[in-house]
Amino acid sequence: MAEAGLIDHTDAAAGSHSRALEGPRGARPRRVLSRRNIILYGTLFVVAVYYLLPLYVMIVTSLKGMPEIRLGNVFSPPVEITFEPWVKAWATACTGLNCDGLSRGFWNSVRITIPSVVLSIAIASVNGYALANWRFKGANLFFTILIVGAFIPYQVMLYPIVIILREMGIYGTLTGLVLVHSVFGMPILTLLFRNYFTSVPEELFKAARVDGAGFWGIYFKIMLPMSLPIFVVAMILQVTGIWNDFLFGVVYTKPDIYPMTVQLNNIVNSVQGVKEYNVNMAATLLTGLVPLVVYFVSGKLFVRGIAAGAVKG
Amino acid sequence: MPSARPSQLFRNLNAKIASIPMILTAVVVFLGGTIWTVVYSFTNSKLLPRMRWVGFDQYERLWDTNRWLISIENLAIFGVLSLIFSMVIGFLLAALLDQKIRFEDTFRTIFLYPFALSFIVTGLIWQWLLNPDFGVQSVVRSLGFDGFNFDPLYNADIVIYGILIAALWQGTGLVMCLMLAGLRGIDEDIWKAARIDGIPMWKTYLFIVIPMMRPVLITALVIVATGIVKVYDLVVAQTGGGPGIASEVPAKYVYDMMFLSQNLGQGFAASTMMLLTVIIVVVPWAYLEFGGKGKRHG
Repeated sequence: MAEAGLIDHTDAAAGSHSRALEGPRGARPRRVLSRRNIILYGTLFVVAVYYLLPLYVMIVTSLKGMPEIRLGNVFSPPVEITFEPWVKAWATACTGLNCDGLSRGFWNSVRITIPSVVLSIAIASVNGYALANWRFKGANLFFTILIVGAFIPYQVMLYPIVIILREMGIYGTLTGLVLVHSVFGMPILTLLFRNYFTSVPEELFKAARVDGAGFWGIYFKIMLPMSLPIFVVAMILQVTGIWNDFLFGVVYTKPDIYPMTVQLNNIVNSVQGVKEYNVNMAATLLTGLVPLVVYFVSGKLFVRGIAAGAVKG
Repeated sequence: MPSARPSQLFRNLNAKIASIPMILTAVVVFLGGTIWTVVYSFTNSKLLPRMRWVGFDQYERLWDTNRWLISIENLAIFGVLSLIFSMVIGFLLAALLDQKIRFEDTFRTIFLYPFALSFIVTGLIWQWLLNPDFGVQSVVRSLGFDGFNFDPLYNADIVIYGILIAALWQGTGLVMCLMLAGLRGIDEDIWKAARIDGIPMWKTYLFIVIPMMRPVLITALVIVATGIVKVYDLVVAQTGGGPGIASEVPAKYVYDMMFLSQNLGQGFAASTMMLLTVIIVVVPWAYLEFGGKGKRHG
């Protein structure tokens, strides 16, 4: 290709008279239905169907009535569309004695997710900023422990945290859970922000120093406005991560304030009563809706987030 | 100039104050918590942690417990298979997407969306799809294959494969994304050189590209492996450990011992074993990745 480009150049310089000898220029048109393309797109299509099928089955199941589910197969579209399962899942499905549906879990999750996201990002961005621009002795040691800590199975730290929260008097409360999410979000977010702030040109920082700006001044006036994209990436990472959490929710809260995932599991896997598969699927979809919307809206930023946050595992 | 040097402690004071949450998390929760759990795994704590030393008793009991052995066996089968499959499928999908195809973004979006869903949601979806009375088995039977049997969630022998299917559906997209990033990092000239030399495509992938992608492959491997050790919610949602105890996993053993059976010592011992597993996975990687080249974070 490099040689071809060179020839093109000399040709152009030589003038138009030699061009006629060359024949058509540009890439050779490909046949659309080559064997390669059929195999390639065929495979991709089949795999895509496989990935989409579960979502499709969930949607159609949640729109059918129970009699139709008992008769038909899971892949057939609903004959008679009903939104009753959705209403029931949201407003009246029972977990234990509470019969106010998933709405309770939804609002709990909202009340958990918003402060957790704000707090964890606030802490981690300042941490990352200190690590990138205001290194002090020992900072890297703590940072290394933090990153290594990201690989420790949560189960190892579950009980010590119970004790810490109990000592602080916030075991079994939303505050406690928010704190736990902030702690476990810290390794990956700090890494994310540290790497981003390190890439900000040093001159900017130095100029601000010369102008007399201090630690917080530079953070709020220069770093923060310059790094909005990375804040969005961190937000996507945290919203989906915290919304999808189950383990911390079940360990550090009580039934009244269980997050949506825990409540969903209790509704679907409860042993009492007749299984209402349509309600279960509506409830499952409802719980998956928030991260799905975040995913489809954010697009490439989500990919960037997981590439950075892949360490979280 | 004879100005007094400011005390070491107060240099960068604001940065130090701002780092207090990080320092507390690193030292108290991560380091302190881990040491605490390991130490208390040598005690006979039941309902509450008590400092009554019993040596390796908890570990002996652990490895005598049938449920733990099944958990470990499940983790081994699930771990090996999901490592192999997610790496292979993830790579193949990435290679397909890397053929300068149209609608690449659409395909990538479709392959990755399950990763946005929680393990609970994933587990419940597949619990429904694998339901023998309504799901895949009944649909295939209704097509005329009356003898078709596929009920992993109700068959103790194959239940772990039912969980594997769900886990692969959820997680392969992530591996694909990492691999795709790796493939995009390969210099275009390598491909041209291989084409000029007439090396077939699959050979180029196998002998040139994959060895060049080593860092990405190892990163993906470590991410998948550490995720496998933690697998918990998926099992809770999809099978609850059943039928019987056929699909138990170590993380669930830990939770049940600590919070349901009031047997803290067992929980601590089991979680220490989990930690050990992760160390076995991570330390060689960290050594390869960061060792030898000196301090990378320095």
